[in-house]
Amino acid sequence: MATDVLGARIKRVEDPRFITGKGRYLDDIKLAGMTYMSILRSPYAHANIRSIDTAAARAMPGVVLVLVGADIPYNPLPMAWPAGGVAGIRNNINTPRVLATDSVKWTGEGVAAVIAETVAQAVDALEAIVVEWEPLPVVVDAEKATQPGAPQLHENAPNNVVFEWTVGDKAGTDAALEAAPVIVRQRIVNQRLIPNPMEVRGDIGVYNPGTDEYTIWMSSQTPHIQRLLLSAFVMGIPEHKIRCISPDIGGAFGTKIFCYADMALCLFASKALNGRPVKWVETRRENYQSTIHGRDHITYLEIAGTREGEITGLRVKTYANLGGRLSTIGPGIPTTLYGRVLSGCYRIPNVYCEVTGVYTNTTFVDAYRGAGRPEATYVIERAMDLFADEIGLDPAELRRRNFIAPDKFPYDNPSGLGTASNGEKIYIDSGNYEPAMDMALATAGYASIDKAKADARARGKYLGIGLSTYIEVCGVAPSKWIGAVGEGWGAAMWESANLKIHLTGKVVLTMGTQPQGQGHETTYAQIVSSELGIPMDDIIVQHSDTQGTPFGYGSYGSRTASVGGTAAVKAAGKIREKARQYAAHMLEAAVDDIEVVGAEYRVKGSPEKMKTLQEVVFALDLGFSLPAGMEPYLDETAYYDTPNCTWPFGTHVAIVEIDEETGKVDLVRYVAVDDVGKKINPMIVDGQLHGGIAQGVGQALWEGAVYGDDGQLLSGSMLDYAVPRASWFPNFELGETVTPSPVNPLGVKGVGEAGAIASTAAVANAVIDALSPFGIRHLDMPYTAPKVWRAMHDKEARS
Amino acid sequence: MTEQVRLTVNGVAHEITVEPRQLLVHALREDLGLTGTHVGCDTSQCGACTVQLNGAAVKSCTVLAVQVDGGSITTIEGMAPEGGLHALQNAFWEKHGLQCGFCTPGMIMAAADLLAGNPDPTDDEIRHGIEGNLCRCTGYQNIVAAIREAGSTLRAGAPVPAGAQD
Amino acid sequence: MIPAAFDYARPTSLDEALVLLARGAGNAKVLAGGQSLLPLMRLRLASPGQLIDIGRIAELRTIRDLGGGATGIGALATYRDVLDSELATRNHPILATAIPMIGDVQVRNRGTLAGSIAHADPASDLPAILLALEGTLVIRSGNGERVVAVEGFFQGAFATDLGQDEILTEIRLPATPDGAGMAYRAIEQPASGYSMVGVAAVIGRVGDSIGYARIAITGAGNVAYRAMAVEAALLGSDGGAAAIEAAAAHATDGQVVGSDFNADAEYRTAMAQVYTRRAVEAALAAID
Repeated sequence: MATDVLGARIKRVEDPRFITGKGRYLDDIKLAGMTYMSILRSPYAHANIRSIDTAAARAMPGVVLVLVGADIPYNPLPMAWPAGGVAGIRNNINTPRVLATDSVKWTGEGVAAVIAETVAQAVDALEAIVVEWEPLPVVVDAEKATQPGAPQLHENAPNNVVFEWTVGDKAGTDAALEAAPVIVRQRIVNQRLIPNPMEVRGDIGVYNPGTDEYTIWMSSQTPHIQRLLLSAFVMGIPEHKIRCISPDIGGAFGTKIFCYADMALCLFASKALNGRPVKWVETRRENYQSTIHGRDHITYLEIAGTREGEITGLRVKTYANLGGRLSTIGPGIPTTLYGRVLSGCYRIPNVYCEVTGVYTNTTFVDAYRGAGRPEATYVIERAMDLFADEIGLDPAELRRRNFIAPDKFPYDNPSGLGTASNGEKIYIDSGNYEPAMDMALATAGYASIDKAKADARARGKYLGIGLSTYIEVCGVAPSKWIGAVGEGWGAAMWESANLKIHLTGKVVLTMGTQPQGQGHETTYAQIVSSELGIPMDDIIVQHSDTQGTPFGYGSYGSRTASVGGTAAVKAAGKIREKARQYAAHMLEAAVDDIEVVGAEYRVKGSPEKMKTLQEVVFALDLGFSLPAGMEPYLDETAYYDTPNCTWPFGTHVAIVEIDEETGKVDLVRYVAVDDVGKKINPMIVDGQLHGGIAQGVGQALWEGAVYGDDGQLLSGSMLDYAVPRASWFPNFELGETVTPSPVNPLGVKGVGEAGAIASTAAVANAVIDALSPFGIRHLDMPYTAPKVWRAMHDKEARS
Repeated sequence: MTEQVRLTVNGVAHEITVEPRQLLVHALREDLGLTGTHVGCDTSQCGACTVQLNGAAVKSCTVLAVQVDGGSITTIEGMAPEGGLHALQNAFWEKHGLQCGFCTPGMIMAAADLLAGNPDPTDDEIRHGIEGNLCRCTGYQNIVAAIREAGSTLRAGAPVPAGAQD
Repeated sequence: MIPAAFDYARPTSLDEALVLLARGAGNAKVLAGGQSLLPLMRLRLASPGQLIDIGRIAELRTIRDLGGGATGIGALATYRDVLDSELATRNHPILATAIPMIGDVQVRNRGTLAGSIAHADPASDLPAILLALEGTLVIRSGNGERVVAVEGFFQGAFATDLGQDEILTEIRLPATPDGAGMAYRAIEQPASGYSMVGVAAVIGRVGDSIGYARIAITGAGNVAYRAMAVEAALLGSDGGAAAIEAAAAHATDGQVVGSDFNADAEYRTAMAQVYTRRAVEAALAAID
């Protein structure tokens, strides 16, 4: 049993409810007496609010409450992850209020709310609210926002600077660049993305006047954290007076990690309505304006080295657009999760990175699938190709010459994962990069690519091939490091699991993590089944409700399998040990003489003297006969704080063809060889990779949030923001190497983000390779047909 | 102003009172409690709301309830007899054709339309056949595999017995 | 999003619908499949006071044989109805290849050709196809019936010759010359699926030269248009690569080509030429 379940392609236990329409997403929940909220959002990107007249709206049919900012006594939303780790660093923090009071900083910031008997009535009444606006000058570009004369968003943030953060050895890197025979410089833009989970966000707030308690259903990846943030930081009420519940989540990709204004608004409104439930579900267009965006970096990179292809230095300056006000962990993404992993899988001795976080009149930016690491991978992987091009070396060979060698682990990354004040430090603990690259190159036919290019030319196409040899820091994170280094949630990032075996032998595993489609109910059950020798059908995995689950930090950062999974292993271990002790009691043997084989607890040397776990549980849960000092029931909770992050790696290879006449780019092949450690359920791992790859390819080829100079979101709906469709992709060809993570007993690393981290750069490099006959060294994404056509056309016109 | 609308949904006759502006998807979800049909966008792009109307896949967010007075609708809840699974549902499960599950009902309803007209589609035809449905989790690969598998099952005429898995 | 409230009427005859529409005095909109109108209403970009649902008027559902290779497509015929119509696709093979490029399965199941024409989205594919087929439109009001050419019907983006009290009841497609080849080629704006540029070509040969050419382009100008200069250049030519290339260079003659953040005018101009060439080549290849 144990060996069969772990690592097996087991069908997901979640699926029967989803394939029959019996999932329960937030909008599926209907409570007696429910009211419906709709939020009036700013049509201006930057404006002062002179007045808001809600009288007409209050008189509209079905309206039960109209709220404006001045009605809400709560604090602004919390800033849980300022840029940290650098002595004396200052963060000029401005976070949203529950509803804006004096001014708005982006198109879509909430200024008033209507609560009515029906959604339609709430929407109708919104149109009756009259706001007198004083429009202000607008800036949407992060680099321009820092220039003299730019419109200023916040008094406490001169030149719109949120923070100026650095990492690495400036003097050493400057010297390395000075001394290098070859240096390549490039300005690159990692464009803003709209994450687009298929389910938008929403909340249902219920206040109970009888108990003075609040309950909120929320489409959230982090119910425990939201309870903490809403109670202690926003609403100023005791933490135990709020219960947060996440129902089934229809995709999240980071967007549902954060503390949003609507959460507090629903709870406030329910209290104002003496306990009537208040439901709010955003529209897709609202999602585009008021749920977080991702990426949006402008970067100046400089990469230096020798003509022989030894990289000696990397210097990076990045403007990170964080939006009009800060989202919950916005500053953490372009700092800790970006600058600290910039050198990727290469031994670059000198790395220095400066990041300026910037306010602009745009939607706030925070963690989107990969969160900082796709941006870092894009920088280093473009830089490697630029350098290879400069010295005339094959890009794969350049990578090979600079990989961290397998015998160099643990490797102390010079861009610094940071040393905490207590001396704690983390290292890249493992890796073996060449075999993954070789496998990917062989599968993709790298050696015969010139012939493929020639064949394509005969068909009027330019073919290009691109690599991305990535590493990823995931499985975040050791609390003693991430807390003490002044980064992360500012606290800890352990995980929790509670395991109960009830009288009938049925198992309930309760987790502090929070699925959004990853199949946790299956993978955790596989872990417990393997650990305890119990059939999958006898195990149920519960999560998502602060009432009844142990505190956990939630699911993001590819941390659930490694950190949460290990907590489950530990809880199962505690169960096994207690069962062993009780079996000894039942069998009148010494504890040391009991050996556990699957679900059988045997006396060593006398296998006929044994108790099944079922028998142990029944007696122990009843507790009629207990050894001295033992408490009844099999009910164990474990907390696991990982000693290190995990370090997945791999090589992705994209092959594209560009139509010479139209500039249209087709992804024709995609090969991915990933090393995500051991796999609990390879079927689920493959699915995660597929989805991540598709999102990363989407960024390279089609997706981009575009603002007009007036701060209007031009890509304001799915009609103008290209969420990829099925026919745009080939089948992805997956391969693997397996280097178990030494960090956790499962040997797992994490896979939720890997595809998205690797694929953007691979496709970008392929497109640039395809355009190399035009002398094009770089082009910013997305590679839409008009943009590629323009690049080819301009080069042709010039030559 | 309200209107009386008679609908047969998953074989069951209903009469509901709606405002003319009530969208079919809201009638199904709010009036009939059939929440398996989802709303994922507001521009008729995502297809999460796809149901079958008189045997053809339509986006129920882009149909008024009053327009389908007298019509017959199948939603994801009506795809299979109680306790059983339709070949498509089973194939989505077998092939890991879903992750968060939000797009899945609409995807299955669109796939049913595709297979009804083209029982043996190529992968390319499948990918184009679901062009009206967005999925953000799967990269579509396993959805394509699931639809291919379901087509094969349906062509073979093999019944999918109630609760039959593995 | 939910549309603003409106009054609803579901006439059972065309005459009844016309009376209601006249009474609606510009505040009423005709609803057929709703695939163009309802998305606008959901975003409250359109908020008509009354919808007149013509969906139950049986006489409008027909696809008729007008004889001699001509076809009448009633106001309620959906894209799918036309695709499924052996008559329509035999008479006008371009419909069988072009319609699958329009919208998606769900939209084609519900959306009507007449509704798309009346809606007049400048990026819609159908106007180019109908222009190349030299379609005409039957328009009814309480005052009677008029028949107009598709050409001239479009007056601008979302603006047509259709009066407030009129209903487009039928699209008529005349016979194309025997042996003509026809094709539609388009490049999509990926997000919306609408065409950045789309070109329909109907080409016939007389002996070794091109004797018949109807070329129509959508997406480039503010309305779909017949590319007369392209047609003139093709007529009498040998239809060889050089002739096609030379003709295609005139694709946007006389047009003010539009720009938006997806594609600028220069790109659209270039694509109008590329896709004119591709459509003409495909149409020539399709000649029996």
